[in-house]
Amino acid sequence: MKNQGRPTAPVAVNMNERETVSGSKGLQQTEPLIFEVGTPRRTGIDFPKPKGRATRLGGQEREGEIGLPGLSEPETLRHYVRLSQKNYAIDLGVYPLGSCTMKHNPRLNEKVARMPGFADVHPLQPQSTVQGALELMHELSHWLMTLCNMPAVALTPKAGAHGELCGMMAIRARLDADGASHKRRVLVPESAHGTNPATAVQCGFTVDEIPANSGGRVDMEALRAKISESGENSDIAGIMLTNPNTCGLFESDIIEIADLIHGVGGYFYCDGANFNALVGRVRPGDLGVDAMHINLHKTFSTPHGGGGPGSGPTVLSDALKDYAPLPYVVKDGEQFKLVETAKGAASDSFGRMCAFHGQMGMYSRALTYMMSHGSDGLKQATEDAVLNANYIQASLSDVMTPAFEGTCMHEALFDDRFLKDTGVETLDFAKAMIDEGYHPMTMYFPLVVHGAMLIEPTESESKGELDRFISSMRSLALRAKAGMVESFKNAPVYAPLRRLDETRAARKPILRWTPPADEAQAAE
Amino acid sequence: MRYLPLNQNDRAAMLDVIGVDNIDALFHNVPESARLKGLVDLPQHQSEHAVERHMAKLSAKSVSASSVPFFCGAGAYKHHIPATVDHLIQRSEFLTAYTPYQPEISQGTLQTLFEFQTQVALLTGMDVANASMYDGSTACAEAVVMAKRVTRKSKAILAPGLHPHYAAATQTLASTLDIQIDERDCRPGRDSHVIDHITDETACVVVQSPNVFGEIIDLAPIAEKAHAHKALLIAVFTEPVALGLIKSPGEQGADIVVGEGQGLGVGLNFGGPHVGLFACRQKLVRQMPGRVCGETVDANGDRGFVLTLSTREQHIRREKATSNICTNSGLCCLAFTIHMSLLGDAGLKQMAVLNHEYACHMADIIDGIQGAEVLNETFFNEFTVKLNKPAAEVVQQLADKGILGGVPVSRLTDGQDDLLLVCVTETSTDEDMHVFGEALAEILS
Repeated sequence: MKNQGRPTAPVAVNMNERETVSGSKGLQQTEPLIFEVGTPRRTGIDFPKPKGRATRLGGQEREGEIGLPGLSEPETLRHYVRLSQKNYAIDLGVYPLGSCTMKHNPRLNEKVARMPGFADVHPLQPQSTVQGALELMHELSHWLMTLCNMPAVALTPKAGAHGELCGMMAIRARLDADGASHKRRVLVPESAHGTNPATAVQCGFTVDEIPANSGGRVDMEALRAKISESGENSDIAGIMLTNPNTCGLFESDIIEIADLIHGVGGYFYCDGANFNALVGRVRPGDLGVDAMHINLHKTFSTPHGGGGPGSGPTVLSDALKDYAPLPYVVKDGEQFKLVETAKGAASDSFGRMCAFHGQMGMYSRALTYMMSHGSDGLKQATEDAVLNANYIQASLSDVMTPAFEGTCMHEALFDDRFLKDTGVETLDFAKAMIDEGYHPMTMYFPLVVHGAMLIEPTESESKGELDRFISSMRSLALRAKAGMVESFKNAPVYAPLRRLDETRAARKPILRWTPPADEAQAAE
Repeated sequence: MRYLPLNQNDRAAMLDVIGVDNIDALFHNVPESARLKGLVDLPQHQSEHAVERHMAKLSAKSVSASSVPFFCGAGAYKHHIPATVDHLIQRSEFLTAYTPYQPEISQGTLQTLFEFQTQVALLTGMDVANASMYDGSTACAEAVVMAKRVTRKSKAILAPGLHPHYAAATQTLASTLDIQIDERDCRPGRDSHVIDHITDETACVVVQSPNVFGEIIDLAPIAEKAHAHKALLIAVFTEPVALGLIKSPGEQGADIVVGEGQGLGVGLNFGGPHVGLFACRQKLVRQMPGRVCGETVDANGDRGFVLTLSTREQHIRREKATSNICTNSGLCCLAFTIHMSLLGDAGLKQMAVLNHEYACHMADIIDGIQGAEVLNETFFNEFTVKLNKPAAEVVQQLADKGILGGVPVSRLTDGQDDLLLVCVTETSTDEDMHVFGEALAEILS
């Protein structure tokens, strides 16, 4: 039975039926805010006593309390351990968020990132004292350029969206250098990640959407029309394309797209968020890409940490490489050097994107992961990611409705046709997955598909785990079709909290704790 | 291939279910000319031991901050991080969670963010804060862009004491958005002059305090003049610990406060990851970039937290979004918030007092050295020293003696080769300071 998955009885449980005095439920403990348990006078850290030496603050001393609560060390540990237990995480189970790529985070990466020569060095120490850190950046660059077959990489962007900004800034700088500052229109397919149009606008471009065809790919007719309409002195600066795209499909016309864009003097930005479907099998440089960011955290397994930090190095083509942002590492004989100011640069750098050298902590993790896998392992990982996604698609296509025909890349896209007339919405379906012990897939994205459900298993899942997941998904689909709507509408019932009121949060935002009225009055 | 659970039997069985003969069939949409035939030209997989050894060798080629007398600051600060912080952020449930899109099973991350936002708001003296940005410099750039949105004006004044890298990052982002930035004269002792540049066309004035030279700036008169011209005051800090001892920017009239949170809970990391802090007045909240966590209730009426105000964000507003940011520095703000919870009000103030006290002691030592002069009248834990030799050379000579003796201003901006930034924190011992003083005296003599 165990191999058949984890069937759960679709029972609606009224959680109000059994109350505990504390509000806790066994190991699931109710945890107040630190502001409700800590006090400003308590501290969990021992310091030496100040000696009362001179103050040179110029009369700018803070007066009165800041109001920050302090906790002792054991209280702090319990608070955060209890909170941690209210989180789902990839170390707990399948995390099939499409487009987000939640794969195994090897602990060797963590160990390496904490080595003192990477973690405990200051960004502005003399360069002679950080040769190891610079060498690591240089090695990482070599791996990224080789995997992409691109001649340059800008390491500093601090996240995927920051990498997009880097690529688009480089394109703009190149256009301006060529005297083509009238080129300010960027083509963005409607299936693009929301960051793409936002980035284009943040670089001072206007966005022109290209529709998708019925096969989920760029509508080539529409693209050709746009390009020929733009005429001889085209205002098209470039295109921002995701490949594989957000429908989980490889853009099979990609080389023609690159040629068309280059034909009107534009540049090809590829959103590399899904590079994990290509590593070791396809090199973006061979597709005509001019710039592409790589989400180190997705493709090369740095942990997501509940939101970040990420890292978005951006590979650049010959046409753009001189415009890379500062600083960057160069090898000079046996020495590694950082080029930090425009004065020292032998290029037309568009400037600086952040205070220091980017996300060193992510570089060390990503390089560790790449070296562990090697060229053979990276290729195998890509293949397994694509295999797992297609296995899920094939195994669920008789009970759910795949959005597009044929094979997919690293993520399988379904729509909500199979829920038609059941009364179960995509959101309900996702919440029911929580009760089955899974993090829901990505919902309502991409926008080109109605009621989209995007599943990305990654290469980290065993066949056994996939089979259990598939079995749960099948039973949910069948339950929906059998009219057992209540179990969906009530879901989740086994999570630390029931469904949260997001509308209320947005309408009257409460973004911080404030003391209850009676306490505030008492303090006055 | 220790990270890959599938074996050849599994793969064959799965291909069979899919109905294809081999894995290549799944890549049939890739144009033939772009298909790699063999392996890329990189080393093959290695054992955990082999990789660890390689990395340890690389690590050993750098001089770590804790191994020597250490006095570098200028935007990144070495403080003691309690062991509890790193232990907790390595909990799988925090470390390997995604952005909390499913609030029912992400309350750990969400409650932490809510606590973080509150701590940042209290520390900066502002009404609200977001759930963090990439770092202080990018937060500063985003604040300037936000000021343009709020005021519908496009001139920004960056104070002379703003960290040159913050100014550069801001310049980069502003350059494509038709935001004009006043020429800067990056020198010590000039920040109060920004008042004279404020006009009705000014969208914002960006002032850092303590500034990159360590000077503490009285923000109140600048805020007053800015507000008289319907401009915003953006206050910047690079050292959060300073706010334990000096007046908060909010108290002095700032409209937006941005800064670097690295000093609390997050290590140096050679410059990243760090954590950007971003706070503002309540009325500006819907113009604020980045992720925000808000309080609400669940279907049972129990308190819970969700990501909110997403209508400002790129995934909904696309090209009309307040910024293209779609993440935060989640794990770093977790580290910040844990360190802050351990400190509390009393601990933070005590830490700040120690920093200031030690720095005053170091400044006195340096002032007694022939060829060195402390320029600051005011400072927190960092100050500027004028030397009788180029600072970069002095710093290199100190490094050769095993002392990391500060940051030459010439590393940050052209000119002013004789200025050295010296930072002292609670981690500096009397012996470190003594050794530094002796060595500096010897080099300058």
